[in-house]
Amino acid sequence: MNPYLPVLIVLLLGVGLGGILSGLAHFVGPRKPNRIKEEPFECGVPAVGEKDKMSVKFYLTAILFILFDIETVFLYLWAMTFRDLGWFGIAEIIVFLVVLFGGYIYVVKRGALEWD
Amino acid sequence: MGLTELIEVLSSDTAIQVIASIVKILIVLVLCLQVPPLMVWAERRAPAMMQRRKGPNRVGLFKFRLYGLLQSAADAVKLIFKEEVVPRGANKAVYHIAPIFGVFTAMMVACAIPYGNDISVFGQKVSLSPIHLDVGFLFIFAISSLAVYAVTLAGWASNNKYSLLGSLRASAQMISYEIPLGMSLIPLVVIFGTLDLNKMVLAQSAYPWSWGVVKAPISFLLFLVCMFAETNRAPFDLAEGESELVAGFHTEFNSAKFAAFFLSEYVAMFVLSCLAATVFFGGWQTPFIPYETLLSLLGGMEWLAALAGFVCLIVKAAFFMWVYVWVRWTLPRFRYDQLMSLGWKFMLPVGLVNLLVTTLVVAFIENAGRH
Repeated sequence: MNPYLPVLIVLLLGVGLGGILSGLAHFVGPRKPNRIKEEPFECGVPAVGEKDKMSVKFYLTAILFILFDIETVFLYLWAMTFRDLGWFGIAEIIVFLVVLFGGYIYVVKRGALEWD
Repeated sequence: MGLTELIEVLSSDTAIQVIASIVKILIVLVLCLQVPPLMVWAERRAPAMMQRRKGPNRVGLFKFRLYGLLQSAADAVKLIFKEEVVPRGANKAVYHIAPIFGVFTAMMVACAIPYGNDISVFGQKVSLSPIHLDVGFLFIFAISSLAVYAVTLAGWASNNKYSLLGSLRASAQMISYEIPLGMSLIPLVVIFGTLDLNKMVLAQSAYPWSWGVVKAPISFLLFLVCMFAETNRAPFDLAEGESELVAGFHTEFNSAKFAAFFLSEYVAMFVLSCLAATVFFGGWQTPFIPYETLLSLLGGMEWLAALAGFVCLIVKAAFFMWVYVWVRWTLPRFRYDQLMSLGWKFMLPVGLVNLLVTTLVVAFIENAGRH
């Protein structure tokens, strides 16, 4: 049996379960919509201000995340083959980490991680 | 097709594996559905104990109150029968998809945990994790990262600025802490030399001094902090800072959709607790009793040994679930900049240094052993 077959089964069952659960109230619960009820909730007062403005910091965090997360995946692969590669592998990974750490220090120095 | 042919088809090796995996998946899904009610109950009773009040103690079965254990069941039924209000201007499709995303990612990761050692069924070796891959670690990371989508989409789709703010905060926090989370587990891969969770449990053996927590204590501390941040739990529950954001990304979600978010949050907590137990505390290994000894003590019955292992894993995971509650009612909430600088400026470098030191120590020890 392909070991990835259960993944597919769980995916289907999980989506089905989530769908049933979140769709349930749609069919079981009462439905009496009115204008006031459907207003976005802001503690009872009419909604004010703009909705779609967000800090650029979040984009920056996402970009940095992609960089460092891919690096983590590389490290996993290296960790698996660590015993076969021996000291050569360790030396290589130290070089890799030093380069990466250089970039990290640059990011910190430029203030990309400051929140104010 | 005759009955004998049907039996023949069903008793083929592949069929046994497929049926076994479906049974395993169903058991794990049912198990996951039990986690949130129990956990919600614990989370209301425990602070009541800590604050010298009673907490929910009424709802029970007939005249047995059971310490209010059925309160959460009653709550779930209530939520399902509530009216579903979709806010005006919400993106309907995304609004309906977001909770499903949360539920199925949590369920998939729950299925990748090894709940016991392999057992044989009709002469077939069956692994006790429903999804058993030799890259189990990477699978767990890949799928649990998808949980970010549930939060992001939920906040974005509900046309509410507090939802959007909460979801942005939550997603930035989750992706930021995913890096130290991944980093904290690499030393374990270096030490045990496998990405297969069951092999990692076997490599840890039954004796606590060879468990992951002893071999990589710094990793454990990093992982523990990341556990809280990844599930948006106190002291890192900025995503739903009630005093500033109403309720965060699920402000506009009510009735059963709210229950679905609850479900996925608690299952995610359960999965991370199980992962902590598996990687750092020997998983299903019974402390001090190696698996072979346990098997011979139980008269060679693999089913009983598997059950004992399952109980051990659940007890270990339950401890971490308790830690979640304990921390929530002990520590105040972080500020957002503190949270981010803890993740990026402290945990990330510490994780890297921890990895390097562990690697060098392992390399030196193994080299010394070779001579």
